[in-house]
Amino acid sequence: MELLIASAIGVLTAAGIYLVLRLRTFPVILGISLLTYAVNVFLFTSGRVAVGVPPVLRDDITTYTDPLPQALVLTAIVISFGMTAVVVMIGLGAFLGSDDDHVDDQPNDRSEGTS
Amino acid sequence: MTHWLIAPVVLPAMLAPFIVLAARYHIGIQRVFSLAGVLMLIGISGGLAWAAADGTVMLYQLGDWAAPFGIVLVGDRLSTMMVLLTVVLALFVLIYAISSGWDNRGRHFHALFQFQLMGILGAFLTGDLFNLFVFFEVLLIASYGLMIHAGGTKRLRAGVQYVLFNLIGSTLFLFALGAIYAETGTLNMADLANRVGLISADETVGIRLAAVLLLLVFAIKAAVVPLHFWLPSSYAEAPAPVAALFAIMTKVGAYAIIRVYTLIFPPDVAVTAGLHDTWLLPAALISLAIGMIGVLAAKKLDRLVAFSIIGSMGMVMVSIALFTPAGIAAALYYIVHSTLAGAALFLISDLVRAGRANLDLTAQPPIAGATLTAGLYFVGAIAMAGLPPLSGFLGKLLVLDAGFDTDLMVWIWAIVLGSSLISVVGFARAGSILFWKAKSVEGDQTVPPPATMSYVAVGGLIALLVAHTVLAGQMHRYTNSIAAQLFAPAPYISTVVDTPGKLSDGTKTEEDH
Repeated sequence: MELLIASAIGVLTAAGIYLVLRLRTFPVILGISLLTYAVNVFLFTSGRVAVGVPPVLRDDITTYTDPLPQALVLTAIVISFGMTAVVVMIGLGAFLGSDDDHVDDQPNDRSEGTS
Repeated sequence: MTHWLIAPVVLPAMLAPFIVLAARYHIGIQRVFSLAGVLMLIGISGGLAWAAADGTVMLYQLGDWAAPFGIVLVGDRLSTMMVLLTVVLALFVLIYAISSGWDNRGRHFHALFQFQLMGILGAFLTGDLFNLFVFFEVLLIASYGLMIHAGGTKRLRAGVQYVLFNLIGSTLFLFALGAIYAETGTLNMADLANRVGLISADETVGIRLAAVLLLLVFAIKAAVVPLHFWLPSSYAEAPAPVAALFAIMTKVGAYAIIRVYTLIFPPDVAVTAGLHDTWLLPAALISLAIGMIGVLAAKKLDRLVAFSIIGSMGMVMVSIALFTPAGIAAALYYIVHSTLAGAALFLISDLVRAGRANLDLTAQPPIAGATLTAGLYFVGAIAMAGLPPLSGFLGKLLVLDAGFDTDLMVWIWAIVLGSSLISVVGFARAGSILFWKAKSVEGDQTVPPPATMSYVAVGGLIALLVAHTVLAGQMHRYTNSIAAQLFAPAPYISTVVDTPGKLSDGTKTEEDH
């Protein structure tokens, strides 16, 4: 189980970083989504992996999983989801305005004053 | 328990939805409520700063839950001073935005402005690392909206870069928080300070990783080289009042570094030894040099100001990276100065833009009201470049003095003084092209001069800079006392951890792993 989760986080992160480095809006947004999935799984397991045990107090149960990371990861999911929506909208606006989906400044932009 | 401590967060959080929902189509009502809100915030923050000035640490437990379980807000000298600085800056920025009409060039300026204030003030006041992340997100979300306020393709493109860069920063922040929680089982700063010291020397891999990741996140916020690439184009393309408000946002990063690396990972903790002097200090020196070289190399006035922000943040970080009480005190004095000077310069660049076709540093017909604008630019440039008699000079002296007896003294002195010279040349070049060479170009003035209140806003910031210079003795004494409080964190920790609340009786070890 640990190996599965750890390698999932690793693969998601690696793929996310690769896509972020593509420097086109769509792959970069996909890459950031993958990175946020990776970090959500990472946060979820930061309270240690415990399979099949409840997070809330019950009678006659002695082992629990840590509930706090689950609360943290909920916050993180909401924020990253909202942020992805925002960046999609801004990216779409920029693409429709300039007909160019490069994330970085292009050389012809630079001639008009980017130093 | 005083409820005033949460007022700087609650007040803008209530005002912003009210402005969106009730005053959506009435720019006049929006302006009145926004201004009234900021004025009330100044009153509250002034009261908080006054209450914290004698060294008391104020604590607010949300929902009355005791510290490691509930979220706490903590007001000590450092937080309350930063809160006061933010709201005073916000007042002048707001006056400028209203008088120049920037707030009416797109929707929801005032609502986003209030949310932005909520995020910044919350980040200064919170005593919990995850809550710090949440407030960072609040201020970032609002800043995304403000940054692309009034639209335009160039602004949207700069906005995409800004948002993407900060999303990656947030992801790093979450990785750091996960690592810290996995190692210590808490995210409350005071509780963390207790537990990091307990980690044995052979199990420090995770916590060291987390400390470096956190430093990276805060360095992105503070625009330390090589993580500064987001700043020039986003600050230059943002509307000028927004860029002026953003002058405090880089300081949020500096504040977070000061707070976390004096409280949780103080310099004498073996876990993070070498992080400050081996990595942070050289990076800060390079940012100072690159920022000021950028001032000389910039082809547009707004980019010039953006690079001077990077340079002044470099100066702040050099002083912070010394991690001595004298260094922190000098950094805090310089933070106040560079916030006010940076904001004033962004507003001045908008005064110039109002009378010209663009902000390229080429000779163009003289702008309306050039005499006054040129005078303000002159004072602002003197302040930012750090020439006598203004506070930039005094701040620089304090930084040099703090760096005098360190190993890297030669480097610090050489780069601080050399970059000052470069920035003086850069500012002088830009000023002479903008205001003097304009006399030799024929052209008719059709644009009316900026509104009087715009000049009042800029003049107010300059007046604060002058006051910061005249009262330098008192200010420096106060920043010294802030630094003393930061380097003796026992009262802070005991206030947070030992104040009773719900769940505080004997269950404290339950969360241990």
